Amino acid sequence: MSKLIIPTPLRKFTEDQSTFESAGKTVQEIIQELVSRYDSLKTHLLDDKGNIRSFVRIYVGENDIQSLEREQTPVLDHEVVSIIPAIAGGLD
Amino acid sequence: MSTQFSKEELERYSRHLIIPEFNINGQRRLKESKVLVVGSGGLGSPLLLYLTAAGVGKIGIVDFDVVDESNLQRQVLFSQEDIGIPKVEAAKKRLQGLNPYVIFETYNTQLTSTNALDIIKDYDVVADGTDNFPTRYLVNDACVLLDKVNVYASIYRFEGQVSVFNYLLEDGTRGPNYRDLFPEPPPPGLVPSCAEGGVIGVLPGIMGTLQANEVIKVITGVGDTLSGRLFVMDAASFETRVLKLGKDKSNPLNGENPTQKELIDYEQFCGIKTTERVRQAEVKEIDVFQLKSLSENKETYQLIDVREPYEYEIANLEGDLMPLNAIEEFVGKISRDRKVVIHCRSGVRSAKAILTLEEKYGFENLYNLKGGILDYADKVDKTLAKY
Repeated sequence: MSKLIIPTPLRKFTEDQSTFESAGKTVQEIIQELVSRYDSLKTHLLDDKGNIRSFVRIYVGENDIQSLEREQTPVLDHEVVSIIPAIAGGLD
Repeated sequence: MSTQFSKEELERYSRHLIIPEFNINGQRRLKESKVLVVGSGGLGSPLLLYLTAAGVGKIGIVDFDVVDESNLQRQVLFSQEDIGIPKVEAAKKRLQGLNPYVIFETYNTQLTSTNALDIIKDYDVVADGTDNFPTRYLVNDACVLLDKVNVYASIYRFEGQVSVFNYLLEDGTRGPNYRDLFPEPPPPGLVPSCAEGGVIGVLPGIMGTLQANEVIKVITGVGDTLSGRLFVMDAASFETRVLKLGKDKSNPLNGENPTQKELIDYEQFCGIKTTERVRQAEVKEIDVFQLKSLSENKETYQLIDVREPYEYEIANLEGDLMPLNAIEEFVGKISRDRKVVIHCRSGVRSAKAILTLEEKYGFENLYNLKGGILDYADKVDKTLAKY
């Protein structure tokens, strides 16, 4: 099983869960499993064509999947997948 | 002639001077540098305090806001007696007391596409401590266009990010910038601001301090900056990660085929569309005084509160609680045969709720409370807590 870390702004769609365990072997399989479990998350993570939206980045370990094999990037057991969202706060 | 220090300055900065790789040369670089801090709030407070204490030569401060009581939970630059005073003014006074050897320049204005290049051009490094996506992209783009380093930090609830953008690399090229990280902003409403979504008070203290450290590293050349890396922290679980950040070939500013050579309309870029505002403005409204007179006869109307339960606990008008995110589940409980007043904190969420209910469920009896519970607290019931 690999672990997916869900960032704070998306937790309102995951019943406040901050992590998600998955047996998926690629980023795509894991994301598909995640959005089928939490349906309302789908439109916030994927566009109409099923691609990862451009205001979130997905990392496997410390590497951006854009520099690997994108959605087809393999995920090994015990690897950590991170969703990194754009957040803007700071001033007030 | 190289920058000289007085005896007092040498004593003040002595803990820097005795770090072998920092020494007087690092201190000299600090004194010769000019840093612009955009936003003097949660992130700006520790940034400004530490950059001032460290002895940066000139510090510019951009902020258009005044100090509010709700700032003091985290904006440690300010004190009780600063409430109501422009932030740049209160900040300058406090910081001058901390270090008289620093020159301050204040800009009591909002950074915009019109003034950004003019303000930023005189500085070496920009530290972005703003709170919204349009200004984030504006600061980024202006820094890339002017070849300035942009030290970035951002926070939300318990989560923070830090990086160094547009850093001058040894080969003469520039490191990744904000548009390499996020080519586009999220749609409005998905990621609320701290004013709407909240933030734990210590978090900007942590992230702004890390940001100050990166500014000092960029200026002095000591250590390895976060250029090409993104630091991410969840202060609730204490998960910290340092992720690799690469350049995006399709970056419109400095990718393979740059298409953007000047600043743009960032409100429009961030999807804060005028059409949406126009639609929201078409919603029927009543003001807080009209609600007050209605409330003398409660049978004649229904009051609905579309905020979250934890907001309801801070202050409420005894409305029926139906949070916006789940409003469609409550349709059966919304009256169709009398006036229904819907409110939230400031009036934006309630307008959204009304649009959804009108368009999907055909309601025609819904009225938005203009200015929300905040306006009610200001004008009708001063015992209500504002947040």
